[in-house]
Amino acid sequence: MATIKKPSVDAVLVGFGWTGAIMGMELTAAGLQVLALERGENRDTVPDFAYPRITDELSYGIRGKLFQNLSKETVTVRHTPADLAVPYRQHGSFLLGDGVGGAGVHWNGHHWRALPADLRLRSTYEERYGKKFIPEGMNLQDFGVTYDELEPHFDQFEKICGTSGKAGNLRGDIQAGGNPFEGWRSNEFPLPPLASPNSAVLFEKAARELGFHPFPQAAANASRAYTNPHGAQLGPCNFCGFCERYGCYMYAKASPQTTLLPTLMKRSNFELRTRSHVQRVLMSADGKRATGVLYIDAQGNEVEQPADLVVLCAYQMHNVRLLLLSNIGKKYDPATGEGVVGRNYAYQLNGGAALHFDKEQPMNPFVGSGASGHAMDDFDGDNFDHGPLGFVGGATINCINTGGRPIQQLSLPAGTPTWGAAWKKAAKENYVYQTSVGSQGSVMSYRDNYLDLDPTYKDQFGQPLLRMTFDWKDNDMAMTAFIGGKVEQIAKAMNPKHISMGFKKKGEHYDVRPYQSTHNTGGAVMGTDPKTSVINRYLQSWDVPNVFVMGASAFPQNFGYNPTAVVGALAYWSAKAIRERYLKSPGALA
Amino acid sequence: MTDATNTGRRGFLRRSIAIVPAAGALTATGFIAGQQSAGAAEPSASAPPAAGKAYTPVYFHPEEWAFIKAAVARLIPSDDTGPGAIEAGVPEFIDRQMEGGFGQASLWYMQGPFVPSSPLFGYQGKMLPREVYRAGIAATDAWCKQNKAGKRFADLDAATQDEVLKGLEGETIRFADVGGKDFFGFLLQNTKEGYFSDPIHGGNKDAVAWKMIGFPGARADFLDWVDKPGVRYPLPPVSIAGPQG
Repeated sequence: MATIKKPSVDAVLVGFGWTGAIMGMELTAAGLQVLALERGENRDTVPDFAYPRITDELSYGIRGKLFQNLSKETVTVRHTPADLAVPYRQHGSFLLGDGVGGAGVHWNGHHWRALPADLRLRSTYEERYGKKFIPEGMNLQDFGVTYDELEPHFDQFEKICGTSGKAGNLRGDIQAGGNPFEGWRSNEFPLPPLASPNSAVLFEKAARELGFHPFPQAAANASRAYTNPHGAQLGPCNFCGFCERYGCYMYAKASPQTTLLPTLMKRSNFELRTRSHVQRVLMSADGKRATGVLYIDAQGNEVEQPADLVVLCAYQMHNVRLLLLSNIGKKYDPATGEGVVGRNYAYQLNGGAALHFDKEQPMNPFVGSGASGHAMDDFDGDNFDHGPLGFVGGATINCINTGGRPIQQLSLPAGTPTWGAAWKKAAKENYVYQTSVGSQGSVMSYRDNYLDLDPTYKDQFGQPLLRMTFDWKDNDMAMTAFIGGKVEQIAKAMNPKHISMGFKKKGEHYDVRPYQSTHNTGGAVMGTDPKTSVINRYLQSWDVPNVFVMGASAFPQNFGYNPTAVVGALAYWSAKAIRERYLKSPGALA
Repeated sequence: MTDATNTGRRGFLRRSIAIVPAAGALTATGFIAGQQSAGAAEPSASAPPAAGKAYTPVYFHPEEWAFIKAAVARLIPSDDTGPGAIEAGVPEFIDRQMEGGFGQASLWYMQGPFVPSSPLFGYQGKMLPREVYRAGIAATDAWCKQNKAGKRFADLDAATQDEVLKGLEGETIRFADVGGKDFFGFLLQNTKEGYFSDPIHGGNKDAVAWKMIGFPGARADFLDWVDKPGVRYPLPPVSIAGPQG
């Protein structure tokens, strides 16, 4: 293996999904020479996501053609610090991305701003319910950045994506038809909401008549043709039903490819190197400064890439692992509670009701967009009184029809046999009439849910895998039990022939097999105290100021929303601080 | 960029539509009759499709092939409700999967140590799926010979076959050399995949399973069908390879 040393660049981006593309745009606009290193292959709408081949459920939806190849690298998982972790050998619970665009290619496009209360969660709960309300062992923290500070960047990212939706709070004025609980917004969404599938029309009516506040789900799937501020053109979503797990053949779903790369790839001060797998951040002898990164190229050469600024833009887990492999920041120790890298790993706790209607009400489940339907926020965040309930957190409740791909999405009434003549008959009778009401629930951070390096299992290069120690906690199970009651109430009001409830119960353990959520958070959290955070409120490493860490690894705990809009807004917020302050005087920003 | 895609799509639909008159009238069930699937090994007359016979397996040995055909015919039987796994070509699909990435676990993390653990952590075995099939079929046949009057699984009557499959699924039948439940799990998963995946993969011949449930396949364009309460989508399925039967 030859070692090659490349000429230095101003900034190197590790990973080229959403945050890599945003940072690429912003830092090249500031005049920097920027290099992005992506371990996966290059991908674009044509030829990689082109019709008709992209409509192949087996290859993309089931075998995971666009996902990280786990034979080369995965994570290990266990429930408690006392257990032996085993590898996550097949994709299931979460779907790691790979290649240009990352998981930003195969997301669904649910576009949520965080609630103002979500960003200062500990303060919110202490102020409203008292310090004792937060249970022992729950590491609740504020993000260290406020909603008002992020608002311009939420707005900016919505304009980049061409997000379709209906405002619920325009500069403090509550708007009919939108989400009345949302934080104030300076502008209406760039595009009107997507049309609602049959099922969501029923959901909206049922929820409204029960006194709740349903609204069209904000979608980074364009409802009309749209040209974003960079001149990138999006086409209207045609409800093809191949969204999550697939690239968008219609140029309708916002992704780095459809919104930023057409401009970025033309800039002369930008370079992308694919199949370049970063091993670690290289450090100065005194450990106080990053000098660049070391990567392995497609031919197996070891390449040293010097850079003045290193921005980690990989997925949440990969960012945490890179910090651990590079010895940046103090590793978290669950026994003492000290250290920060790997601390506060969190996830989401979802549930749902499967509904089956009679022959008068076909749902045509294959008519779907990644984010087409209605949602309600009445029992999310701190939008309701937790005092008598005794738990922290909540969930969004929705009826979103993402498609009816039959291998994965066929849903049958509870109690139906899983094979044989009765299974087939039920499939024939129910498929066209199926829908669901779902919940996406928060998971808090706890002292013994965390990430570190596995002592046994290695990746393709012989480096230790990341180890996840995670299980469900009573607080979050109490949340989902409460939400399940609300979902059942709405499902009944929709008046289907049959309802099958699917909510986890206290005592159940984390099961990596069924898909749950690719909204993994924490491990390199942001904050205002170096004792409880890896990065400051500008996403800058406390220990190594020329290293910035993007992504949902910054979330101190998880909420009931899809994270991408917050991840995007935080990247713009960080880029602004780099451009306006750091570049003038490189050093600690806090 | 958008134009290029739309042209490609329009071209595809034009080609699809052009075939409709040639294929003849709608059948009583409302679906277009006639067309052979692109994947069929041998064009046959209008007789019921004899999928599974025309195909020569690449991975499975003759006795294994007999087992696969018998087992999938129980998992998704042929009856008045609609086509079963045999008409859908599921055995061909599974044989092709054995030779491809799935059978060889090419996208799975397969480094040891392999530690027995709770099922909550997924399949943790050292054996590749195709090795599980080979060992699972041999073990099941051996078990049947020992417990069912010297007969192999494929030679048992349907009710006894169901009993054996339930035994594997429920772990009342266990083997020393291979996880019977792992084997059953792969078999059931692959059977449903072969039944419902695009015909380009060798199963779901003539899109028979999609027609039965009402999934339009690769049409993937429903802008006019989003908000249509009370109306069932009327068009038959198409495959990535074009119109089907």
